[in-house]
Amino acid sequence: MLQALLFQGIDGLAAASGLFLVAAGLSLIFGVTRIINIAHGSLYMLGTYVAATIASRVAGGLGFWGGIVATALLIGLVGAAIEIVLLRRIYRAPELFQLLATFALVLIISDAVLWLWGPEDLLGPRAPGLRGAIEVLGRRLPSYNLFLIFVGPLVLIALHLALARTRFGRLVRAATQDREMVGALGVNQAALFTAVFALGSLLAGLGGALQVAREPANLLTDLVVISDAFVVVVVGGMGSITGAYLAAVLISEIKALCISIGVVSIAGMTVNFSKLTLVAEFLVMAIVLIVRPYGLLGRLQGVVRTVAAPEEPMRPAPIALKATGAAVVIVLVLAPFLARNTPYALVLGVDVLIAVLFAASLHFIMGPGGMHSFGHAAYFGLGAYGAGLLVKWAAATLPLGLLIAPFAALLGALVFGWFAVRLSGVYLAMLTLAFAQIVWSIATQWTEFTGGSNGILGIWPTAPFDSRAAFFLLTAALVVAGVLLLRRVIFAPFGYAMRAGRDSPLRAEAIGIDVRRVHWMGFALAGAVCGVAGGLFAFAKGSISPETIDVGRSIDGLVMVLLGGIQSLSGPIIGASVYTVLQDTVMRQTEYWRAMLGAIILALVLLFPDGIAGGLAKLWRGRA
Amino acid sequence: MSVLAVADLAKSFGGVRAVDGVSFTVGEGEFLALIGPNGAGKSTCFNMINGQLRPDAGRILFAGRDIAGMPSRDVWRLGVGRTFQIAATFGSMTVAENVQMALISHAGETFRGWRPAARRHRARSLALLAEVGMQEAAERASRELAYGDVKRLEFAVALASEPRLLLMDEPTAGMAPRERTELIALVKRLVVERGISVLFTEHSMDVVFAFADRIVVLARGRLIADGDAASVRANETVQQVYFGTGRAFERRRERAP
Ligand SMILES: Nc1ncnc2c1ncn2[C@@H]1O[C@H](COP(=O)(O)OP(=O)(O)O)[C@@H](O)[C@H]1O
Ligand SMILES: [Mg+2]
Repeated sequence: MLQALLFQGIDGLAAASGLFLVAAGLSLIFGVTRIINIAHGSLYMLGTYVAATIASRVAGGLGFWGGIVATALLIGLVGAAIEIVLLRRIYRAPELFQLLATFALVLIISDAVLWLWGPEDLLGPRAPGLRGAIEVLGRRLPSYNLFLIFVGPLVLIALHLALARTRFGRLVRAATQDREMVGALGVNQAALFTAVFALGSLLAGLGGALQVAREPANLLTDLVVISDAFVVVVVGGMGSITGAYLAAVLISEIKALCISIGVVSIAGMTVNFSKLTLVAEFLVMAIVLIVRPYGLLGRLQGVVRTVAAPEEPMRPAPIALKATGAAVVIVLVLAPFLARNTPYALVLGVDVLIAVLFAASLHFIMGPGGMHSFGHAAYFGLGAYGAGLLVKWAAATLPLGLLIAPFAALLGALVFGWFAVRLSGVYLAMLTLAFAQIVWSIATQWTEFTGGSNGILGIWPTAPFDSRAAFFLLTAALVVAGVLLLRRVIFAPFGYAMRAGRDSPLRAEAIGIDVRRVHWMGFALAGAVCGVAGGLFAFAKGSISPETIDVGRSIDGLVMVLLGGIQSLSGPIIGASVYTVLQDTVMRQTEYWRAMLGAIILALVLLFPDGIAGGLAKLWRGRA
Repeated sequence: MSVLAVADLAKSFGGVRAVDGVSFTVGEGEFLALIGPNGAGKSTCFNMINGQLRPDAGRILFAGRDIAGMPSRDVWRLGVGRTFQIAATFGSMTVAENVQMALISHAGETFRGWRPAARRHRARSLALLAEVGMQEAAERASRELAYGDVKRLEFAVALASEPRLLLMDEPTAGMAPRERTELIALVKRLVVERGISVLFTEHSMDVVFAFADRIVVLARGRLIADGDAASVRANETVQQVYFGTGRAFERRRERAP
């Protein structure tokens, strides 16, 4: 048992090296440019494909080892190109827009890989010269893993020396610690940013290339790797390379520990620890963020870059907007009649409505609350699973299921929100992401209760909501009520208090507002409303599975809110509608819908930085 | 009877003793100036009194009650208002709404979720703005205001809760000399009407000597003088550490934002 533990521990170091390479690049890039590059995992994935291809074309050691070097350089160049063509235009944009832009890159790169290499996994060659295994503690450890164990520390030392000894390194450190200083130094900031982005990308490419000898290249790698890398960077402390290595080791070792413990009975319950690896990873991140909000070796990041264009004061809805709202409600009521010959329209309508409620609830905490949640899928999922489980285990009817949905989500939001409101900015984003991943992993891995990755089937609406029209009307009623409720609250003292706490926490506290409490309650309310959306979703689809509540959904929510315009109350409604319809239409047109979506998002980010609603408002003002 | 009595107050940041055993009192209805060169520890004193910072040592008695270490919202609730050296307002709200927010909080309505905030306490908010001469700007976004107007808005916000004691950290920073005198004259008139005690910091000696009832002088975290204008002017230590460098220091300040 002890030997098994040690062996897994040693093997864990090999995994830690891979994790470190990706995370170090991500951390470097964030430190200097303050951009959270979601596409970093995509560069890694690109690295796996490129390296596997080179090694299969060029035989022997040259193809493999030379290929790894060539891949790293190539991905570095790709990174530089991305920086020059895209990111350079958005350094001054609000943080969230940068996220959106890099997310668009994820979509585009993913489809580019699909187009170039096809959907099949790409098997990489074994490492020439390191095919064997050596005996460690009575078990066989692949020589290649032993090699990887040393790669991490080597790269760490190399980076450390580069940062400590070279002029480039000094600039990187200066930029990471004090952004004002870069300008003062009078260096060519653009060149520094490009170089750092290239270096970070090179590390991602290297990490990917080294990986092909262990695992086949695969299209799902990008999101898996980016979420692992995020955890490592956040746990280690944003911008800290040594921190990233420590965190990579910590997380890999904890995973290894879970695997080697295996199945254990505790008080009559059998717990399979090897299935807890995912939960463990995010649990570690949550704990670290709670105890050390800036990560193991991180420091409070200096001045925040000029953020969003300042928000205009809110005015009550003008007549035109009220009229539009009324028209929308009338159309919704008449929809079942209008769409009697196109039943699909109602199905799409339900999807749009659910997305609207989801996005509106996210906007509630992102906009007025200033809390950029990256894990809103958690509350959607809690609502959906709350309803689904009640149907599955207690044969509940639709009203009961929909009643429990907001309460399940509320409970989760109260617990998670209590921690989340203690952080801000990127750290809050990552903690919310961690909580969402915990919910997701529980849904995936607690098979007996939640149905595991198959989820729960047969959650159909019961009478009188079992017709398409009736369910549509019910959805419309709940969504309209939910949106109006949130709107009402935003205009009420509570919503003002949320904005007060966002605009100036110091001033808010100095006039007696308990900012954390206000934001916590706001978080909880948004969670509960989101739970309704989740409940409706479960009944609309007749099923719920972990796949529908993964990171993708959280990001969809962010895209919807930003697409519509975060500073406008109608923003999330417009954004959710456009995004859902776009997804539906574009998706059915082409196999490469992701790339299309990515291109559309990029166009919007570059052309409509205030979102659709903001852009329309500008046009409107410009005309008047 | 004093409203505020600070005793042996101390605070260090790393190795820097920002405030080092400071004691003074603010009398009922008194207009007290806290002066000292940049970095003397004035803002740090304010931050401890209003609960933003926890003192390392010392007592802060407000109306006979020790408030050291209490969260600033609770200190505010007991009747201590505050304006900031770097003015802090709610940039996404109108000027009127900034005051309304304070009135809403004062009325204990923060967690109300139904009747629109913009319709609550509106008359009172406009009346306060009129008193500080800001009624015309009521519907403008507070982030668009000129610097002097932001300071006056902060003053109106601070008055909204009918405090017993007002802490004003450099209320005239960044203003032209005439504007400074006008603002302090306005502040003095309004607080005297209401019987509010004021502790304020100010860099213009003309303003301090013209308006303050009493002056407390800090230098490097220590209290070096406490008395009326004449005795402070005559104090040798003050002359050395303060007026000796006073002019140069004045000019430096003007350039800082
Ligand atoms: N949050 C802080 N962290 C570290 N040092 C601080 C902090 N606040 C103030 N100081 C230091 O404490 C000393 C007093 O500062 P402050 O109270 O702002 O002076 P004043 O308001 O009189 O100009 C200065 O040396 C300043 O650098
Ligand atoms: Mg100060």
